[in-house]
Amino acid sequence: MPIAPATALLLLFLAGPIGYCVWIAFTNTQLTGSSSSDFVGFANFRRAFADDNFRNAVQLTLAFTFLSSIVGQNTLGLALAGLMRAASRPVRTVTGALVITAWVLPEIVAAFLLYAFFRREGTLNAILDQLHLPSQNWLFTLPILAVSFANVWRGTAFSMLIYSAALAEIPQDITEAAEVDGASGPRRLWHITLPMIRRSIGTNLMLNTLSTLSVFGLIWAMTRGGPGNRSQTLPVFMYDQAFVNSLIGYGTAVALLLLLVGSLFSIVYLRLMKVEV
Amino acid sequence: MRPTAPLILAAAVTVLTAGSLTACSSGSGSDPDTVKVAYNRSTDNKIRFKDAYLESVKKQFEKEHPGKKIKLIPIQAADNDYATKVQQMMRSPKTAPDLVYEDTFRINSDIKAGYLRPLDAYLAKWDTWSQFVDTAKAAAKAEDGKTYGVPDGTDTRGLWYNKKIFAKAGLPADWQPKNWEEVLDAARAVKKKVPGVIPLNVYTGKAPGEAAVMQGFEMLLYGTGDDPLYDPGAKKWVAGGQGFRDALGFVGTVYGEKLGPDPSDALDPNVGTHVATEWFPEGKLAISLDGSWMGQNWINEGPKAWPEWKTELGQTPMPTQNGQAPGKVSMSGGWTWAIPQKAKNADLAWEFVKTMQTPQNAAKWDVVGAQIAVREDVAKDPTYLKSMPGIDFFTGLVQYTHYRPALPVYPQVSTAIGEAMEKVTTGDGSPESAAKEYDEQLKTLVDGAVVTK
Repeated sequence: MPIAPATALLLLFLAGPIGYCVWIAFTNTQLTGSSSSDFVGFANFRRAFADDNFRNAVQLTLAFTFLSSIVGQNTLGLALAGLMRAASRPVRTVTGALVITAWVLPEIVAAFLLYAFFRREGTLNAILDQLHLPSQNWLFTLPILAVSFANVWRGTAFSMLIYSAALAEIPQDITEAAEVDGASGPRRLWHITLPMIRRSIGTNLMLNTLSTLSVFGLIWAMTRGGPGNRSQTLPVFMYDQAFVNSLIGYGTAVALLLLLVGSLFSIVYLRLMKVEV
Repeated sequence: MRPTAPLILAAAVTVLTAGSLTACSSGSGSDPDTVKVAYNRSTDNKIRFKDAYLESVKKQFEKEHPGKKIKLIPIQAADNDYATKVQQMMRSPKTAPDLVYEDTFRINSDIKAGYLRPLDAYLAKWDTWSQFVDTAKAAAKAEDGKTYGVPDGTDTRGLWYNKKIFAKAGLPADWQPKNWEEVLDAARAVKKKVPGVIPLNVYTGKAPGEAAVMQGFEMLLYGTGDDPLYDPGAKKWVAGGQGFRDALGFVGTVYGEKLGPDPSDALDPNVGTHVATEWFPEGKLAISLDGSWMGQNWINEGPKAWPEWKTELGQTPMPTQNGQAPGKVSMSGGWTWAIPQKAKNADLAWEFVKTMQTPQNAAKWDVVGAQIAVREDVAKDPTYLKSMPGIDFFTGLVQYTHYRPALPVYPQVSTAIGEAMEKVTTGDGSPESAAKEYDEQLKTLVDGAVVTK
């Protein structure tokens, strides 16, 4: 069996930790304060569903994912890809380089850049002051919007690349035929371009959503989930429970619930797009 | 569609989420002649007095014990993160240090988790132990009656105020507020007469962590009556206390009337650094409810040299709520050296503790660390007594001081308090509703074992 070594490695390095995580989620393991670790059945999950802060985290996670991934990165990525096809080479190069730079920056660097941009004495407020517009402390008043924007800024490049490749695949003659038939720009987009890159849209949405669901460093560095819990998405909530409140079992249970949210999104996309993977 | 796709995806998400919860760190191999010492390094790159002190003791130790080595493992992180990191290190013999610096407020929790070993056998053969004052000895004593840590200093807390700003606001240079209202009135006077200055800083919220809970909340709470947090007689935590609501009310008043820093600054994890290196030295802050160690920020080799602090700043005790006896309130904490259960070189680690606790080294630490002495001999040491203006004032507060409930669940209770404070500070909730929520959380934490006061 040539596949045996690979299977063994997978079991050891992947299934082992995953199985251990699932097990921990059903215990009351703590990082400190108690040395015992007992099986408690679904207590952690019951606790999560009764926890207002968990509900708040789910809502914020959905808002964050919808705003920054589905609307932001996805649409902006498609728009950029489309515009860049029509642009001249230097413009294309410069735009592409800028967008991709934001993407390849380490998360923590990007987070500090955006923290500096949004903070009260930050760049954004300086610009607003110049324009005589009212400034405010964005990280404090609209934290979830600020981190969503940050995630769009950082993650759009990925969508742009996927869509650039997809648009390049569309045969020229179809587009030209539509133009000859007098189809306007929006109609061409709706009836020709979008259906033809349907699979790419599905794939991109799925990858984007999954990576956005697990964004931690960006939010942690910008707001720490605060003020209060107004930007405490599930990964931050999970960290707080596991490492700040030392409730490893509960934190892991939340991690599994986050996994569930991710799976739900994936199933929806697979159904909607009927993508053949 | 191939059915494997969802599986692959599920696995991918699992790895993403699982990966974030199974942090692993590579253990440095242990060597029987090397003591690994884990301690917290300040996140402020200008503050390195602890590192310098430990380096000097390391040199001395290595000279006195030829062939033996000390490996210092500085962990540069906020207090919460430092504790988490060390707890993870102590879980495995591969990564466990031989000696670890433990905050007294977490030590009971770590003892209960089985991370530390009792030191009684060592202490029994150590003459110096008799020099330690009883409260300090009790700080690292667990419910099982054994001692798990050697304290190296303590601290007290009170009000620091800027006399220059006070003069502008028409307030006395020798300020002695008798109750909470007088503290607030002084802040209101500053707000009215000295615009652009933050009248009163009270640490608050989740981000500053224990600093907010202890310097901010408990300094208020323990001025409202006896045992407002934990009832030692009933061995139960206190829920639904009026004192708790009043203390939250005070925080609410400070931030609601805009007497404090802007909430976004107050909830910044680095607010402590801002107070010490910017707001006080730059004359932007009138009063801060703060710790005895503040002076160490402004000495010559400190992070922000500010020689004028000795004359510009005054210190006064925090009054009780309505001036009820004893009239003054302070909280004390401190840090201890402890030996992990899974340490490989416990005996050698103990030798290093003894070197750190020679009278000269113990006094030196209390001086450079701006600590309040926990040993009789050090407390009489003239270099210690002359080391810092205000040290006699803060040492004098020891008689009014309170210690946090030394119980394993305390860190979790502290987190719940931080959340209640944050709600009140941001205006997301009233003191009443935040206190209610705390009561609920408390019952969950201690399995309903609460008394109502």
